[in-house]
Amino acid sequence: MNVSGTEFIYAMSAIGAGLAMIAGIGPGIGQGNAAGQACAAVGRNPGARSEIISTMLLGQAVAETTGLYGFAVAIILMFVKPFS
Amino acid sequence: MGDKEADFMIHSFGEFELFGQKLHITTTHISLIVVSAVIIIFALIARRCINKAVITDKPKGFQNVVELIVNSLDGMVNSSMGKNGKRFRNYISAVFIFILISNISGLFGLRPPTADYGVTLPLGLLTFILINYNGFKKQKFGLITGLFKPFPLLFPINLIGEIATPLSLSLRLFGNILSGTVLMGLIYGLLPTLVTMGMPAVLHIYFDIFSGCIQTYVFCMLTMVYISDKIED
Repeated sequence: MNVSGTEFIYAMSAIGAGLAMIAGIGPGIGQGNAAGQACAAVGRNPGARSEIISTMLLGQAVAETTGLYGFAVAIILMFVKPFS
Repeated sequence: MGDKEADFMIHSFGEFELFGQKLHITTTHISLIVVSAVIIIFALIARRCINKAVITDKPKGFQNVVELIVNSLDGMVNSSMGKNGKRFRNYISAVFIFILISNISGLFGLRPPTADYGVTLPLGLLTFILINYNGFKKQKFGLITGLFKPFPLLFPINLIGEIATPLSLSLRLFGNILSGTVLMGLIYGLLPTLVTMGMPAVLHIYFDIFSGCIQTYVFCMLTMVYISDKIED
């Protein structure tokens, strides 16, 4: 079976894009952990609920960055096709 | 599923030549023009309304809304930067309003201009320039020796951290808005027409409104924190 050079590059780019999305594990664990600690904090101090929620959202938005790096690499491999 | 296609890429609307390079007018240019026109028209109407106001009357109607916006933005900047807030109020408020309206514009049918890295990278670079310019004015060459601070051996790591600041700011905003755009493009493109009539409203609430507002707040808050880190006593 003969695979031409261009097809091989497209196939490997697709595999690389899938591998890049493994970076999504990190924010999932980190943000879930932050949400759990926020729930515990609200349970200890129900009056401070809105402040705890805004702090949690702020921290989660910053922690999401590394997952987005992986997403950007996947999109570049799939649609910008830098190696073809 | 029919002959629908998913479409979330940038399209070209015309070619022109500049200094020997072939450039295009893209979707992002048009979205930027629409967003800027909306903000400028709103600002002109607010200016006329404030100019006609009498200072001893109680504000009502449109003037009340404008004063509410200005007060809350000023409060946000002052609470984060303390006494240095006066110098940065205008810039941070302008960036906040621009990014907020850009992110929400997906709700109105535009492709958000912040879903293009060519819009978010200059915003990150402006923050980088502001941080270093103000740090240099305040600390003179302490800016460079500050990179050697805890241990001189940590200089490469501190340098990489400094360069990573505008990159991570711009990539965070770009990635969040682009992922929303890609997902909405796929849903509208691949589901049957009956389902896309009203069901994706929930996704719009999450991706456009919720995520857009939080990302503007995070961008402006991080800019203020980085700047006040360098200029505080």
